[in-house]
Amino acid sequence: MQGQSDSVPILAADRISKSFGSVPVLFSVSFDIRGGEVHALIGENGAGKSTLMKILSGIHEPTSGSIRLDGRNVDLPPNGQAEALGIVLIHQELNLAEQLTVEENFFLGRELTRNGLLDRAKMSTSVREHLQAIGLDISPDDRISDLSIAEKQMVEIVKAISRNARVLIMDEPTAVLTEAETALLFKQIERLKQQGVAIVFVSHKLAEVKAIADQITILRDGQLIATKPAQELTPDAMAQMMVGRELSDLFPPLIEPDIDAERVLQVQGLFAKGVHNISFELRQGEILGFAGLVGAGRTAVFEAICGISQMDGGDVRLKGQPVHFSSVAAARDAGMVYLTKDRKEKGLLLKQQMGINLTLLSLPKFVRHHLLNARQERDALERAIRRFDIRVRDHGVLAGDMSGGNQQKLLLAKVMEADPAIVIIDEPTRGIDVGTKQQIYHFIAALATEGVSIVLISSEMPEMIGMCHRVAVMREGRITGILTGDDINENEIVRYAAGLKKAGDDERLSA
Amino acid sequence: MSDSAPSGESKTRMPHFDIKIMGPAIALVLLCILGYVLNPAFVSEGNITNLLTRSSFIGIIAVGATFVITAGGIDLSVGSMAAVIAGIMIIVMNSAVGTFGTGVTTVLIGAGCSVILGLGAGWINGFLTTKGKIEAFIVTLGTMGIYRSLVTYFADGGTLSLDFAIRGTYRPIYYDSFAGLPVPVWMFILVSAVGWILLNRTAFGRYCMAIGSNEAVAKYSAINVDRIKTMTYVIQGLCVSLATIIYVPRLGSASSSTGVLWELEAIAAVIIGGTVLKGGYGRVGGTILGALILTTIGNILNFTDLISNYLNGTMQGLIIIIAVWLQRGEWGRSKRIKKAE
Repeated sequence: MQGQSDSVPILAADRISKSFGSVPVLFSVSFDIRGGEVHALIGENGAGKSTLMKILSGIHEPTSGSIRLDGRNVDLPPNGQAEALGIVLIHQELNLAEQLTVEENFFLGRELTRNGLLDRAKMSTSVREHLQAIGLDISPDDRISDLSIAEKQMVEIVKAISRNARVLIMDEPTAVLTEAETALLFKQIERLKQQGVAIVFVSHKLAEVKAIADQITILRDGQLIATKPAQELTPDAMAQMMVGRELSDLFPPLIEPDIDAERVLQVQGLFAKGVHNISFELRQGEILGFAGLVGAGRTAVFEAICGISQMDGGDVRLKGQPVHFSSVAAARDAGMVYLTKDRKEKGLLLKQQMGINLTLLSLPKFVRHHLLNARQERDALERAIRRFDIRVRDHGVLAGDMSGGNQQKLLLAKVMEADPAIVIIDEPTRGIDVGTKQQIYHFIAALATEGVSIVLISSEMPEMIGMCHRVAVMREGRITGILTGDDINENEIVRYAAGLKKAGDDERLSA
Repeated sequence: MSDSAPSGESKTRMPHFDIKIMGPAIALVLLCILGYVLNPAFVSEGNITNLLTRSSFIGIIAVGATFVITAGGIDLSVGSMAAVIAGIMIIVMNSAVGTFGTGVTTVLIGAGCSVILGLGAGWINGFLTTKGKIEAFIVTLGTMGIYRSLVTYFADGGTLSLDFAIRGTYRPIYYDSFAGLPVPVWMFILVSAVGWILLNRTAFGRYCMAIGSNEAVAKYSAINVDRIKTMTYVIQGLCVSLATIIYVPRLGSASSSTGVLWELEAIAAVIIGGTVLKGGYGRVGGTILGALILTTIGNILNFTDLISNYLNGTMQGLIIIIAVWLQRGEWGRSKRIKKAE
């Protein structure tokens, strides 16, 4: 597209569109990758990066458009069989058998044999050669479970190379790596480039993208925004191109809470696993956003406060009273509940009916003389269905058979059944259609006007901007900035989240 | 496959015959008819009473197992636990005869000892699975071996016999009737009633189902997962001790062969009754039927020459496998699909 290299791209996607059911997620996107090149793919959550990656590796079939391999049109085979054509997708969740050794993983499914027995010597030599070629200090006999995440990732990459991979597609390979490990990975990527391997690199860390990529493609809302050489783009420019969207009336009008409202939650110097020195305050009726990249530690902060995980230190005050919740029940009884982002795994009992799910968190409320009051439970369900507009054919439906939007409403109803004064809502609109999203935004705003204090954790920028009175941005377990008023915009949030800006760069944290 | 569109036929609305709920009851009725056809004496008062009494041991233990399995656990140790409790009970009562005589006091001491042991043994299983984070299968496999060897050790490889002086006082617990029903049957009814209320009408029962369905959801729903799970093992232990209290006067002895394979019969009764082995869904009523079905099979074989009594285990095994196969609902579904075509 840029015509910067005269060679034919190894892999090219030409005007690819993709819809899931009736939901379009990619609109006529073109993308190509040449040998010896690192092509970064960036965009917000839901921009269509993973879909494009999956189409490039054959996991998904494009709805329209074509894929060219070495200049020829191909239909990529599904189920990762595109590996045979030299296209390897390296998932975030690595695809290694933990209990086997490096060597065994290398040859899994294509073991070398002699006279019907494994030819261990030959396999071992082959693995050692490959590891040395890339400069990895790992023995073929090491067990995968004993390796660091970076090493596992390298094993996965070397394994791909050993199978003659020509295109490596890496899905956020640095998300779980430390800086030193990232440096090691980048060194290996440079070597692979020299060997003529084409690399597609997906990351949210814009500084890294700038450092490693030759070409950068930006996606937004399933549209191709631009493909440019890396030297023409600054991280700031990337952030701006990723963003740049008008907010519609998806969001209810923001009613400012009383400035003098009581400070219902004060957190000072909180430490927990993956969380360092977090301090913030929440006023009554306020919606406080927590923004940041996936894995920045936002969920960990509130799981520690709400008694779900261990708190290692810090001072938490509820209406001025110091508290330390050792269980979810204690937090609930004190009026603080956490609404999980993982509604299928942690939120709802998918094989149980709505009613059982609704009252589970607040069940003690429904106990009379040691017995559950079935009538009271039924009434609660009626009320919840009306209040949260849960649309189901009959009330006996299993939670797992409901649509994502209705599940989310049920989850919201379940949490509100506990009559909390403070609610932490984590990713409330993940995988939900726009109509339901809008309803959920209005529920949240209505709760705030009723005086409930809300922490909204979200990776969706528009939610932060459209819903929150203040936004705390986290990065790598720390709060890098707390934004108020006009500072709550996508550029600012992305800069703090990507580590381009820290609190104190221009002003002190608001007191 | 978008399953949202064709779901308009609403499977719940139709009074669709639910094999999972009605199955065990129908099976029991069919078995009884079969028994009557083969030998009309099957329905004699004496035989029915005998059948119910025999069902009581496994039934009471199985009610406890219903809680453990509903909460996603398993307890393999119940048979050995019953044996070791019976053994210790006998030792304690025999030595108490000297001090407290052969009256009710000694029997009460024995019963109290049984309850304490049952609660303790259940708590150990629960503690090791929850706080020790060891899989229930392993923990109870271990305690199963320990209890079995302990009773062999206490009996010195032979049999522990209850002092004959005390047998007369204790005998009525097994052999006497109250209002036409033997005492063990009353115990079974009582345990079942309490168990049913506990599982279906209290927060505890709801929590068991929630934990068995998905432990993470339970944890996020303010449920003390470890405590509830431990409680299920304690309930199981209590049920074992109650079963043992009514079992000891039957033979007046305990040996290494006491309670062998009771764990499997108890689990089988639970599964036949429709409780899901993976947890999340439990039915005390079904468990009672399951225990009755298992005992009835043995009873029918005793009554006829059609099949050798030695094949009792075979019949029970077949029933268990068929029950679980029916529960899968596989054939129900394939039939429905065929109908739709």
